[in-house]
Amino acid sequence: MSSNDQKDIDEVTGTDTTGHSWDGIKELNNPLPRWWLWCFYITIVWGIAYTIAYPAWPLVSSATSGMLGYSTRGEVAQDIARFEDANAEISAQLAAADLNVLNENPELLRYANSAGGAVFRNNCSQCHGSGAAGFVGYPNLLDDDWLWGGDFASIEYTVRHGIRNEEDWDARWSEMTAYDDIFSNDEVDQVVQYVRLISGQEHDAGLAAAGEGLFLDNCAACHGDNGMGNRDLGAPNLTDAIWLYGGDLASLEETVRYARFGVMPPWGERLSEAEIKAVTAYVHQLGGGE
Amino acid sequence: MSETTPNDAPAKGFLAKHAFLERSPTLLLVSSLLVVMVGGIVEIAPLFYLENTIEEVDGVRPYSPLELAGRDVYVREGCYVCHSQMIRPMRDEVERYGHYSLAAESMYDHPFQWGSKRTGPDLARVGGKYSDAWHLDHLIAPRSVVPESIMPGYAYLLDTQVNAEYTADLVATHRFVGVPYTDDMIEVAAADTLAQADPDTDAYDDLLERYPGAQIRNFDGEPGVSEMDALIAYLQMLGTTVDFSTFTPDASR
Repeated sequence: MSSNDQKDIDEVTGTDTTGHSWDGIKELNNPLPRWWLWCFYITIVWGIAYTIAYPAWPLVSSATSGMLGYSTRGEVAQDIARFEDANAEISAQLAAADLNVLNENPELLRYANSAGGAVFRNNCSQCHGSGAAGFVGYPNLLDDDWLWGGDFASIEYTVRHGIRNEEDWDARWSEMTAYDDIFSNDEVDQVVQYVRLISGQEHDAGLAAAGEGLFLDNCAACHGDNGMGNRDLGAPNLTDAIWLYGGDLASLEETVRYARFGVMPPWGERLSEAEIKAVTAYVHQLGGGE
Repeated sequence: MSETTPNDAPAKGFLAKHAFLERSPTLLLVSSLLVVMVGGIVEIAPLFYLENTIEEVDGVRPYSPLELAGRDVYVREGCYVCHSQMIRPMRDEVERYGHYSLAAESMYDHPFQWGSKRTGPDLARVGGKYSDAWHLDHLIAPRSVVPESIMPGYAYLLDTQVNAEYTADLVATHRFVGVPYTDDMIEVAAADTLAQADPDTDAYDDLLERYPGAQIRNFDGEPGVSEMDALIAYLQMLGTTVDFSTFTPDASR
């Protein structure tokens, strides 16, 4: 063992060695560079200061809250408030606006359309499509064929309360009867053919004629004597070429037998007043607004 | 230089004592472990005793047996690989998904489903956002409603019925790891599983009393209780238990 107090100086460099020796090759004991050492000390001080400034140390029942009073939740609340404040004036204006005269205020209209577009893409596009063209079972919002009405008030009501959902007591509600147990197989065929007739599609004239009476007795109450539908009941117009679930024989038969029950969630609780107005204006201007 | 004992470290004060550790592999291993444990003790251990780790929030309840079965399907199918259930406290996330997630909202999750990657959107508050029919269409054929989706289809969930017999075991297992299910809840778990997918049973009110806010519907529109029913029941309750119109989170947490 090398003596503890004696320095072992390397002759060539004049530097102290660690005392380790491998086959006569010795390790120089150079001191750490000063700048490095100081940086190291500074990081230690910084680390301690950081835990004092910000929430860090676990104590008995809670952690220290930090001298700066920072909190993630506080920051996000501030961040949200900052943007809400920036839009507060125009949002309030929109929330109170009469949408029917929205066109007279180009600035508000522009705001409503872009804010409404954002709301639509986030919340509505999954069912109605990002271009609002809908899918089978989810209405197209680009055309002027409306189930429950296409004026501002109707669209706003639909957005706010939804359709046939259980969450909102004011939801639009109607329920088609399933005729599987009521009609015989022949009667189903006849009604389907009659609907094909009034919608101007290829049909069996004999069956369709037989189906007219059935239609008037069973379907006309909601869809109307002429099959033009009834917006109060969300009953679709059966005489046009627009079909929510399909106008082919198989789809029509399924509809007659088992009925349809399209559900839309209510958005009144999820969206702010201004957002509801904005998305109403956005949907209205997509093409079919009345 | 030492001629007699090579590789001998010089002993120079306190710092030189590490030479002793370095020469004893077992002691070095144990000491390293102790040093590494400091991080764990400081960062993890307090979470188990600090009172403000999980705030008390009204409305958070254990999953109903059907929801729990759906959660099992969620885990089995690896939904968490592409979907997170953790809305972070950032403005863009709050704007898109709703109120940021609270610790209490996953307190009955074993294991939690926070996820780590969002190939699909966050699902922490997907409950009630879409209709059951949409979930059904979307799970059977995602691109039938979202053309740009790359999610795989899960139509086969309709083919397998939930075996209600085992849901009592499932509930009991969750109680074993700390979820406060009562004996009563375990006893009627099998019946509750079937009752939640059928709004016309006598168990309706009892089920609601045991699991407030549970949604009782035939979720997939087909007879029986399929895994599809269970998964949609689970998805439709996600993030719905806390009423944020009455609850204001403490900003300092």
